[in-house]
Amino acid sequence: MTNHNAQAYSDSLDIRVTDSSLRDGSHAKRHQFTGEDVRNVVAALDDAGVPVIEVTHGDGLGGSSFNYGFSKTPEQELIKIAVDTAQRAKIAFLMLPGLGVKDDIRAAHGNGASVCRIATHCTEADVAVQHFGLAREMGLETVGFLMMAHSTTPEKLAEQGRIMADAGCQCVYVVDSAGAMVMDDVTDRVAALKAELGDDAQIGFHGHENLALGTGNSIAAIKAGALQIDGSTRRLGAGAGNTAVEALVAVCAKMGIRTGIDVLKIIDAAEDVVRPVMDEECRLDRMALLMGHAGVYSSFLKHAYRQAERYGVSGAEILLKAGERRLVGGQEDQLIDIAVELAAQN
Amino acid sequence: MTPKTSPDPARKSTSNSTSTSTSTSTGKTKATAAIVGSGNIGTDLLYKLQRSELVEPRWMIGVDPDSEGLARARAAGLEASHEGVDWLLAQDELPDLVFEATSAYVHRANAPRYAELGIKAVDLTPAAIGPAVVPPANLREHLDAPNVNMITCGGQATIPMVYAVSRIVPVAYAEIVASVASVSAGPGTRANIDEFTRTTSRGIETIGGAERGKAIIILNPAEPPVIMRDTVFCAIPEDADREAITQSVKEIAEQVATYVPGYRLRSEPQFDDPRPENGGMARVALFLEVEGAGDYLPPYAGNLDIMTAAATKVGEEFAKGILA
Repeated sequence: MTNHNAQAYSDSLDIRVTDSSLRDGSHAKRHQFTGEDVRNVVAALDDAGVPVIEVTHGDGLGGSSFNYGFSKTPEQELIKIAVDTAQRAKIAFLMLPGLGVKDDIRAAHGNGASVCRIATHCTEADVAVQHFGLAREMGLETVGFLMMAHSTTPEKLAEQGRIMADAGCQCVYVVDSAGAMVMDDVTDRVAALKAELGDDAQIGFHGHENLALGTGNSIAAIKAGALQIDGSTRRLGAGAGNTAVEALVAVCAKMGIRTGIDVLKIIDAAEDVVRPVMDEECRLDRMALLMGHAGVYSSFLKHAYRQAERYGVSGAEILLKAGERRLVGGQEDQLIDIAVELAAQN
Repeated sequence: MTPKTSPDPARKSTSNSTSTSTSTSTGKTKATAAIVGSGNIGTDLLYKLQRSELVEPRWMIGVDPDSEGLARARAAGLEASHEGVDWLLAQDELPDLVFEATSAYVHRANAPRYAELGIKAVDLTPAAIGPAVVPPANLREHLDAPNVNMITCGGQATIPMVYAVSRIVPVAYAEIVASVASVSAGPGTRANIDEFTRTTSRGIETIGGAERGKAIIILNPAEPPVIMRDTVFCAIPEDADREAITQSVKEIAEQVATYVPGYRLRSEPQFDDPRPENGGMARVALFLEVEGAGDYLPPYAGNLDIMTAAATKVGEEFAKGILA
């Protein structure tokens, strides 16, 4: 392999890919996935050799709400279907402390999920300490998500990664929630985490396509030492979508980076199975690009569209205001507040 | 990180510091109080109680001899001790009221001792030994309780609004989102964030009157720190009298503002017809901002201010009973 990093994920894999189309993609679907959608997508990804598949409401366990949108099908039911469908893949779930609670982790574990991914804003890792502790106690594999990682320095991000690792997190992710990072941003952050964590935890990268850099940023992360990479097949995710798993896998194949995923099968799965589940393609249009440009949480996209329509104001202006107010993930309610304010000004 | 603080507790309370109400057995004009816990919350409470016409803070108790809160209390004319609650309870004169701003663990140990001595306790910790109270909603029901709990900051900010809606129409489900500045969320809140969501959800149901409650808390690290924001979503019947809900919400918001001056609705209640993403429910959304009084804690920390302000209000209602 051409990976600069001497380490590999395992004897057979240089990196491990987690597909998030059934979690991050939940945003694009306004949380309307059905059991059949999950069954079809998991079967296809599993057959292509995707090692980990994440299934949850877009905002994590307990996300079904007025603030983020109610799920059509309860997420625990979807997790169970995914577990029952997958022959080889591990099923992962996401949870955000402050929204989900420990009982939600217990339920997901009870339904057979085996990878617990816990997300906090990139400066607030200490709210997740009790959840990592519980997950490890239950024998779950743990991943920590430092969201909106573009908004803090590599040094501060490394300190937060240390808090997660000490709490029991086995892989700390640099999460580019706003799709606002360019390659050097990724390299610097992964390198800082690597210097801090050494062998105490792996490093991962979760990208978005809001600046059209999902694959490039993922490769930068791998070169800097990341061993776990997220993507979504057909980019099915928030904002302009996530790094396309099929593109990442094809690029890795050319570079000699072993992902364990069959290139032709994942290309077919993207076209034949995932695309039919989607309401529309995840596009890099004005709104999505503005999110990358202004550093806005990708999940705000559909909410901004909805409030723009509801209040007769500009969706782009809502997003720019969200950037100015420095909203963090989870503050979808404030988009309504912004729309009301804009409508009053008009 | 400790929030920036204003310098002198006596500054805002000159009118009270001289007119000390002597606690003779008759003709008492103020109930006496001890503040147990000399951290940020206890010290902010000190400022508020010093302005009270019904409660006189006389003692402040901590465990750290170098506590800034104790020094401020002494400067303001209180008796202050770092020898904990043992010292307080060994004094010849005992307080009518105690405000506990320590931790759930400490309050669990102290509560039975206060009760035994007939000292009423206002509990600002998550111990939740006594009934939870939110002044405009249910305080009147618990004026005889020996111990009451102040729930959470998010609860004090949002439960009055859920109550305002549920007294007009049935609320099958209510959900609140509390956004606070990172620097105003202390280590206790951070280590036990599940406790916040659980306790607040329960309060939305039992005090707010929603059939089912959900609470979400968000920490925002923006600099300069952001003022506390709270959003309240209530599911309402499709044919609800929206005008009556609006009136009720405004009335309760005004009541809260009498004891938390920085409490305000940012906009008119926002009504939505049923939509699939809203679970097919009609809803009203209320947007609130809570700016602190800037007593000891800075104005952005409305989440802490509303706890100390609500506790002061509860203490004053208790005082009326004690003085009657």
